[in-house]
Amino acid sequence: MSPPERKPPRTRIDRCFEDLKKAKRKALVTFITAGDPDYHTSLSLIKRLPAAGADIIELGMPFSDPMADGPVIQASSQRALKGGQTLRKTLDMVCAFREENFTTPIVLMGYYNPIYVYPVDNFVKDAAAAGVDGLIIVDVPPEADDELCLPALEQGISFIRLATPTTNDRRLPAVLANTSGFVYYVSIAGITGTKAPDVESVRSHVDRIKAKTSLPVAVGFGVKTPEQARAISACADGIVVGSALVTRIAQSLDDQGKATDQTLINVTDLVKNLSEALQDEEPQKKIELKADRPLL
Amino acid sequence: MSSDRVIGEPNSFRTGPDERGHFGLYGGRFVAETLMPLILELEQAYEAAKTDPRFQAELYELMIHYGGRPSPLYFAERLTEHLGGAKIYFKRDELNHTGSHKINNCLGQIQLAMRMKRTRIIAETGAGQHGVAVATVAARFGFPCVVYMGATDIERQKPNVFRMRLLGAEVRPVTSGTGTLKDAMNEALRDWVSSVESTFYIIGTVAGPHPYPTMVRDFQSVIGKEVREQMQEREGRLPDTLVACIGGGSNAMGLFHSFLDDKEIKIYGVEAAGRGIDTGEHCASLNGGKPGVLHGNRTYLLQDRDGQILDGYSISAGLDYPGIGPEHSWLKDTGRVTYVSVTDSEALEAFQLCTRLEGIIPALEPAHALAHVTKLAPTLPENNLLVMNLCGRGDKDVFSVAKHLGLEI
Repeated sequence: MSPPERKPPRTRIDRCFEDLKKAKRKALVTFITAGDPDYHTSLSLIKRLPAAGADIIELGMPFSDPMADGPVIQASSQRALKGGQTLRKTLDMVCAFREENFTTPIVLMGYYNPIYVYPVDNFVKDAAAAGVDGLIIVDVPPEADDELCLPALEQGISFIRLATPTTNDRRLPAVLANTSGFVYYVSIAGITGTKAPDVESVRSHVDRIKAKTSLPVAVGFGVKTPEQARAISACADGIVVGSALVTRIAQSLDDQGKATDQTLINVTDLVKNLSEALQDEEPQKKIELKADRPLL
Repeated sequence: MSSDRVIGEPNSFRTGPDERGHFGLYGGRFVAETLMPLILELEQAYEAAKTDPRFQAELYELMIHYGGRPSPLYFAERLTEHLGGAKIYFKRDELNHTGSHKINNCLGQIQLAMRMKRTRIIAETGAGQHGVAVATVAARFGFPCVVYMGATDIERQKPNVFRMRLLGAEVRPVTSGTGTLKDAMNEALRDWVSSVESTFYIIGTVAGPHPYPTMVRDFQSVIGKEVREQMQEREGRLPDTLVACIGGGSNAMGLFHSFLDDKEIKIYGVEAAGRGIDTGEHCASLNGGKPGVLHGNRTYLLQDRDGQILDGYSISAGLDYPGIGPEHSWLKDTGRVTYVSVTDSEALEAFQLCTRLEGIIPALEPAHALAHVTKLAPTLPENNLLVMNLCGRGDKDVFSVAKHLGLEI
């Protein structure tokens, strides 16, 4: 007898992907680190992201030891921590955002330790109350689902799992088992914001994942330019851009590392360009071409 | 408070971990998905090697003829007289090839790297003892080797940096974070994620994702096994007291593991209290930290209230890791091992005492263990057999000791 299928409640993330599908558009997921370079700049920024074209906001929870991140996001974590950001303040930021915006999904991304010491039971309740829609936690694999994934699901928070080029077919079902919202395909074996992904390789991996799940698949790690965004989005349901946006923040800061009047516009300009690239007709044509290719 | 975390006593202290790599609450496999398939493959390869007589025979051969095992069990006669009390023995692991116990583990892991057909070796190092041992086995077996080392540590451990370079390893300075051992480990993990197909990561201590804590312990447990036999030979019985220093805790696990179920034996792990635990400048994870998750395992960590990892501080670069092997965390909670701490100045004093009385220059790491011995031995009877693991020699430390004593060389 097979166990009853876990049916997660319909969330902002589900509605977001459904609406995009109807509009024949791909999701633009934008990452910034919460509190980089300070709480207020960061909050102003996330408030402006939806109007600039972000469909889903991924908010990094700064951590002292971000092992999966490249130099750009490492530096942003350090800036945020130096600016006094804590996990509680990140949840406060989400609360403040939700006072004005009820529709744009917010996904928190980070590492387990700050959540573990929060501790977990309080964190998932506070996160749900703040209006968090999903979690991406780099260092909690499916083997440890009882740690955080299941408590999060109980509070109606999606647990978005990373699938990687090394996730083989034998492992994929375990990775997908308790995943909800969407699947985040990590396009390279590596850390954030370093190597550029190979489109053909991404396509074959995303196809492999889509054969096993009905969830949307978003692709990230190494997507930097509107051109890459367009090319990669053609083979997925969305793309995640992080290091490129965080670089825009870093470039805008003054000598003391403080925000300037360029900080917000530097980031929203790139988000606009990325969003426009995703709305071009071209990717749709590419998808039609897929019919010529043998299925797996 | 951490001292309240005492849990029930198990039937045996030597059966861990469980199949998912847990020692009670601690251990596990908290790594990014990119590494998970690799970690599982490593576990399988290690399980197969462990029961393969050929692997064991090759390792034994290397340990004897290349590593220089067994290391002597030496009666420290003058120190015993000086302190008055327990009969003090040194397990002389500083006489191993490369000058510390680190070679035991590296010989095991390089054999495994060859079985898994990896072509490149990476490692992290703090004091440089592990880095030197890795560079040594990489040279011996012809692997390209990259060692990640905090920029701060490179400055204070110059002799070891030069040794690694002589051995053909590339030493990559790590400036991210605070440029110490934890950052070196982060950087090694980042390298590994980016080169999973080709690279074997030789972790130097009993920490990291399962199976590392178990594997490193097993390779180091030769220390305790030898002590058992040698003490039987010398005194016709087992020791009464064991003492070892703890950074990540590999030399201590190596000494302790064989004796964990001999419950009449008192076991002490000695952490570095730096300038004193109450100053906040220390790296006593068990005595001054609390449980958390870092570098693939759950264990006691130095961290702030928000779960951000703090830097450890110690005069000894080999002890200033903000975490500790998960098995030690479990041994603390079960009460089987007593974990104490020793300050920089106590370790410096012990360093000089050992040098003058025994003609042995110890590394600053085991000088911490020795400092505890100087407190403990006088409280014990003369028939108490005490074994301290002298896990490294002090050549690498003479410059920093001179600096701390206000001398120039």
